[in-house]
Amino acid sequence: MSAPDERPRRRVLEEVGDQALGLLDASGEFALLVVATARAALRSRFPALEVLRQLEAIGARSTTIVLITALFTGMVLALQTGIALARFGAKPYVGSVVGLSLARELGPVLTALMVGGRVGAGITAELGSMRVTEQIDAIRSMGADPVQKLVLPRVLAATLALPILTVLANVLGIVGGMLLAQAQFSIDPSFYLQTITSTVQMDDFVSGIFKTFFFGALIAWVGCFAGLRTTGGTVGVGRATTRAVVGASIGILIVDFFLTQLWVLL
Amino acid sequence: MSEPQALIELAGVEKSFGRLQVLRGVDLAIRPGETFTILGGSGSGKSVCLKHMIGLLRADRGAVRVFGEEITHAPESRLIPIRTAIAMIFQSAALFDSLSSYENVAYPLREHRDWDEARVAARVAECLAAVGLEGIERKMPAELSGGMRKRLGVARGIALEPRAILYDEPTTGLDPANQRRIAELICSLQQKHGITSVVVTHELELCFSVSDRVALLKQGRIAAQGSAESMQHSDHPDVRAFLSGERDAAGPEP
Repeated sequence: MSAPDERPRRRVLEEVGDQALGLLDASGEFALLVVATARAALRSRFPALEVLRQLEAIGARSTTIVLITALFTGMVLALQTGIALARFGAKPYVGSVVGLSLARELGPVLTALMVGGRVGAGITAELGSMRVTEQIDAIRSMGADPVQKLVLPRVLAATLALPILTVLANVLGIVGGMLLAQAQFSIDPSFYLQTITSTVQMDDFVSGIFKTFFFGALIAWVGCFAGLRTTGGTVGVGRATTRAVVGASIGILIVDFFLTQLWVLL
Repeated sequence: MSEPQALIELAGVEKSFGRLQVLRGVDLAIRPGETFTILGGSGSGKSVCLKHMIGLLRADRGAVRVFGEEITHAPESRLIPIRTAIAMIFQSAALFDSLSSYENVAYPLREHRDWDEARVAARVAECLAAVGLEGIERKMPAELSGGMRKRLGVARGIALEPRAILYDEPTTGLDPANQRRIAELICSLQQKHGITSVVVTHELELCFSVSDRVALLKQGRIAAQGSAESMQHSDHPDVRAFLSGERDAAGPEP
């Protein structure tokens, strides 16, 4: 092969190599952050006040978007399954499908994606701004630990908030389905609820909620990680925020698959 | 050790960020009680130098010794006593935006002193008075002027009664009156409390009004150092070039 052909190819290879190394580097650092958070949790007193503050910011303030998402998801789910089930003459059992889908999958994942977008971006923007204005360095320079001060309370709060939000989402999704089933398919609400209680087992509900603890922790960790690694001033904060939302969303979908498999195997 | 009495010592420190090598072997020794200024153009690595002194950055090569103890690769937990004894004043003041002025100054006290609130409040008031900011406890950092923010940063820095203070560009971006105030503050902290100061700046007026000794950083190395007096009259070409304001005299590599 002649030399002029080889040069662009080498550049592409170098680029790919750089990207791969960067990804490995980031994965390693992410793992280190997780370990550092665990160590900070063991070392320090439970940061009750800061966790409460973060629960308010992460949990309470996410309620509206989570509830709107759940309501409309429940309605569209009832609509689609009603149409599909009608083909098998099973239209009255809309509630069973809506309840199962919400409890096992859609409640947890959609809640996590919505909170991931809102909270993940918020955490990254806050920590990223602190990073580029040297506030993170200032914490370290005073002999304090940014992981203990900033990461630990956010991870704890998000881990606690997501299951609660998911329970709310499940309830409202089921209500949304109920309203639609009655209006569109004339299914009696008490029959709708009965089909749910007879189909959806405790195991289905728990299998969904179990995943949300991991989703919550993941969202906070990805947000904090992207924030603490921010470089390049305010432009960098914007970039880091985008990266955090994308990372958290993809992470949630991947982790969801493996956790679901794990639950099935157990 | 070349100078056993040094409080802070950098020996052959090299530091790169990605492919950019910022420090190329810096040797410095800060003596107890002195005010030492590192002069240099922007991008010459002055702030990077300073951040090595309390382990905010770690050297790729070379050694950093503080109070006679090697901290080059020390874990963060071992740096806590050093960071409580050496305060750093950041270029942007690095105040916590979400906390009031009072809480900013109280931050290191809450972290390292098991004091009741009355004692914390008394110490905060003392620190604010020392920098001429009495009575601003309840103001948020965003409500303060640039000069006040810098001084609030100093108040937070002295809360734990440090043995040394590292100033990163303390007067940059301030008007002349505020610049003079900061210079006076640096001098008074040294004279009243015997605090060792390391000042990083490119401003000559500040440099020669506060310094006992001065070093010129150029292209990641110490090009020249000596007493403030001797540096001011030095024949060293790099020093002459920097003092006469020659463009890029001590700036980054071409």
